[in-house]
Formats: sequence, structure tokens, C-alpha cells
Amino acid sequence: MTAPREPLRSRVLPPLLVFALFVAAWQLACALLALPAYLVPAPTRVAAAAVANAGALARGLALTASAAALGLLISLTLGTAIAVLFSQSRLLARSLYPYAIFLQTVPIVAVAPLIVIWFGTGLASVVLVAVMISLFPVITNGTAGLTRVDPHYLELFAMRDATRRQVLLKLRLPGAVPYIVAGAKISSGLAVIGAIVGEFFAGYGAAGYGLGYLIVQSSGQLKTADLFAAILACTLLGLLMFAAVSLLGEAVLRRWRGREHEL
Amino acid sequence: MSATHAARAAGPDRGQASARAAAGPDGPGAPPGPAHGDDLSPETGPLVTARGVTVRFPGGVLALDGVDLELRRGELLALVGPSGCGKSTLLRAIAGLLPISAGELRVAGRTPEAARREWGREAFVFQDPTLLPWRSVRDNVRLPLELGRTPHLRDSDAAVDRVLALVGLQEFAAAHPAELSGGMRMRVSLARALVTRPALLLLDEPFGALDELTRERLDDELLGLWQRDGFAALAVTHSLAEAVLLADRVLVMRPRPGRVAHVLPIDLPRPRPPSLQTTPAFTALLAELRARVEEAA
Repeated sequence: MTAPREPLRSRVLPPLLVFALFVAAWQLACALLALPAYLVPAPTRVAAAAVANAGALARGLALTASAAALGLLISLTLGTAIAVLFSQSRLLARSLYPYAIFLQTVPIVAVAPLIVIWFGTGLASVVLVAVMISLFPVITNGTAGLTRVDPHYLELFAMRDATRRQVLLKLRLPGAVPYIVAGAKISSGLAVIGAIVGEFFAGYGAAGYGLGYLIVQSSGQLKTADLFAAILACTLLGLLMFAAVSLLGEAVLRRWRGREHEL
Repeated sequence: MSATHAARAAGPDRGQASARAAAGPDGPGAPPGPAHGDDLSPETGPLVTARGVTVRFPGGVLALDGVDLELRRGELLALVGPSGCGKSTLLRAIAGLLPISAGELRVAGRTPEAARREWGREAFVFQDPTLLPWRSVRDNVRLPLELGRTPHLRDSDAAVDRVLALVGLQEFAAAHPAELSGGMRMRVSLARALVTRPALLLLDEPFGALDELTRERLDDELLGLWQRDGFAALAVTHSLAEAVLLADRVLVMRPRPGRVAHVLPIDLPRPRPPSLQTTPAFTALLAELRARVEEAA
């Protein structure tokens, strides 16, 4: 049983208040300490830069969002497929799991240049980096959901002499849905990070500029206010992506478990 | 549970119920299943026979040691005993979910595994309702008909409607398990077990987690269903009163290793309403059973 949800206002207001206080303190610090703008630009300067670059930021955000969403989609599909394979064969899981951990432990910044060498610049390489970084949580959560089945359920299926395929399709896969949703939530933020890191190394060429490219460009030119604006856009994208996946996940889970209240 | 009460009030006596079960499923709504003419070998023999059944777990623990029992067609047998005496192990061995290490165990004239695969007229009710949370009540009840190498989906709607009516949950057919109370979930679990019209129902403390009143009501409903459908049942329980109320005979097991210590016939008349528990005959049997269990422990 889950606790009744709090109203939206009481969930959104406290973090917004914290944000407003933080921005006010930042503005005050810039004025009182006379911090140079190339080091720490005041929020008003960042806002001005965001307005001035609104077009480039919006286009960058859209491009990065596409790459991250595509990466997440591939991770979900591929990760779930790998998790199904792992759940069907302990030998396969034992043999391949260390390589899945590799995805989590390898410094993606070190591998990204390799990907550019192998696959060139462009969307495919950016998406590949996003997939590499966001795949692991889907595999681990999916595998956990597919394998951690209450033995009584397995006995229930065994009593009717269920086939392996029936156990997978009617028990393991639907039972893993909450786990896969949890994995997707973690991966949503990681996919955005992956897309931005991918854009550091493998931009889209003439096709356009993602947020990653805008960050590299503005930091290279010491346009710190532009850099802050791009970072804020990245944060906004991460939040949007997480919120979208969370909402979608909630909808899936509501359908999965029905209305939850006890009689 | 008006449907069950009505069924029991108007239902056949036990002899008739058993004879009907021997003839196999009948009437509208019966799911198409395996041919029931070969339920038993020989036809009149006991449904379950255990001779010197021993179960040793892989770690070396002796869970059951030389258990003998016989369950006749249409009979309701209760298994009681202290925790760890192997009641659930025996139930799982009979269900073919656990291999035996020694002795002979026959279910409908076959080994338990063969009976599960070829005969397919057993059903198991677990202590937890074990309902699939993503399925509606109707789809949970239908599940056994969808499984196996030859799923029995033909006429499954009628079979599901029949058992939902028996447990009084027609109005909740579209609900999900999370929307039901503990007692209602247990009823769904019972309906799911009965949807295939089993000849043998194995119950592993099915109402153990419920409050006293709900448990009493479900015991009453179980008796009504048993009387109506004529299946044989083997019920593990920790409640001695429940054992006396339900069973034709009570098997008392003793622990470490698990063995049948006593068999107590319950010669109370049927039907047995909950009010029977206040009668001197019931109290005397309960006292005798308690003494036997204490002796075995």
C-alpha cells in the first residue's frame, strides 16, 4: 500500500523556494564580493545570456533531447532483452555479467574518443555514448525483476506444468515491470549525461549544435554567462527527461497494479 | 457467501458428491480437461497412498521419515503438528513439487510428478494468495486454464464465471488484487484452484494469515465447496479447531524427523456449521486432538 499522494503544490513549492533563495544568495554574493563576471556571472547576467542565446539553446536542447531519448529507448529495449537472456540461463548470466559491469565502470570520457574514431561524428556516435552510459541500470534492474520471483509463484506455475515460455511471458516479464520502470528512471538522467558527453567529442557537424557543443564552445571562449545558461539548459533537460519517464512509468504501474486501496 | 450456503443446503450428501466426482466434471461451465475415466488405478483405490515416504533435503536434513498415509476419494484430511514437523514438505511431495528420497508415493495411481503432468487434476492453495498483481480477479482465476502444454481455454469464461459465483466474487471480476481485502484475495486463490475442477485439493495453511472471523467464514465456505464439488482435500493447518471442524480424519505429525504419530477420526455429522464448535462432542474431540498433538510434540 502506498501513502496517499500529496497535492502538487506542496510537492513543488518547497524546492522552488529553495531555488529562489539560492539565486538570491548568488546574486547578493556577486554584488557584495564583486566577483568578476568571467569567473562567476550574476544570475541576472546568466538570464540575459539565456535570453540572447534562446534560439541556439532551444535548438541545442531539442537536438540533445532527441539523442538522449533515442539512447534511452535503445537502452530500454536492449537492456530488457539482455536481462531476459540472463534470466533464462545462469551460465550466460555468469559469463556475460562482468562485461555488463564494464559499461558501468569504464570512464565514458575515455571511451568517447574511441567511438568517434570508429564511428565518426554525428548522431549515431552521440546516441552510442548515451546507450553505453544508460544501459547498465536497465540490465541490472531487469535481471533482478526477472529472477527474483517468489518461489510460490513458480510452484503455482509448476502445478499446471507450465512451459518455460509461459513462465517467462506470464510471470517473469510482467513481474519485472516495476523493476524495469525503476531502471528506466535511473537511466533517463544518465542518457542525458551520455548525450552531452557524446556531443563533447562527436558533434553533429553541419546538422546543428547540441548542448554539449555549446558548453565546449562557450567555455573555450570564456563566455561564462553563456556557459552557465547552457548548463542550466542541460539541468532542465535532465529534469524534463526524468519527469517524463517518471510520469510514463507511473501510468504503466497504475495500469499494472490497478487502483491501490484496501477494502 | 449465499451461493455456497445455498449449494450446500441443497447439495448432495457426501456419498453422492463422491460418486459425482468419480464420474468426472459435469454440467455447464466445466473446463475441458484430460479424460477423467483414468483418474485412478485401480478405479476404486485411494487417491493418494504414501508408504514409508522419506524426504531428505540436499543439506542432509531428514524432513520426513517413513510417512504412511492414505487419502480416499472425496475425503477431507487435515494435517496438524508442531512447526517443522514436515507438513508442508509432505504436501509438496504429494504435489510433485519435491522429490522423495525413499518409500512409495502414488497419486491417482501414478508417481506425483507423472500425476501432475499426465493426470493434472490437482490444485494447490498456498498460505499466501499468490495472486498476480497485474492481472484482474477474472484473469487470475483463468490462469490455470492458460497454462500447460495443452491450455484449456475453450469455454474458460463459463468455468471462471462458475467459480467466481461459488466464492461470491462475480462483482469483483474486473478488480485487481490490490483492491481486495485479505479474505477476498484468499477467495480468489480458492476460486483459481477450483477452476480446473480438481479431484485433489492441497491446502497449505490457506487461511492462517487471516483474522479469526474471516477464517471461520472461509472454513465454512470451503466446506460448502467441498460438499458441492466432491474433491478430496488434504489441508495443513495450525488451528486444531479448524482441523476438527473440516476433516474426516486428522493426521497428527511429530517433528524431527517428520512422522505421522496419530490418526484421529472425526465422526461429527455433516454439514458442520461454525456453531458446531460449541457442542460437547466437538469440544471433546478438540481436547483429544490437543492431547495427541502435545504428546507428539
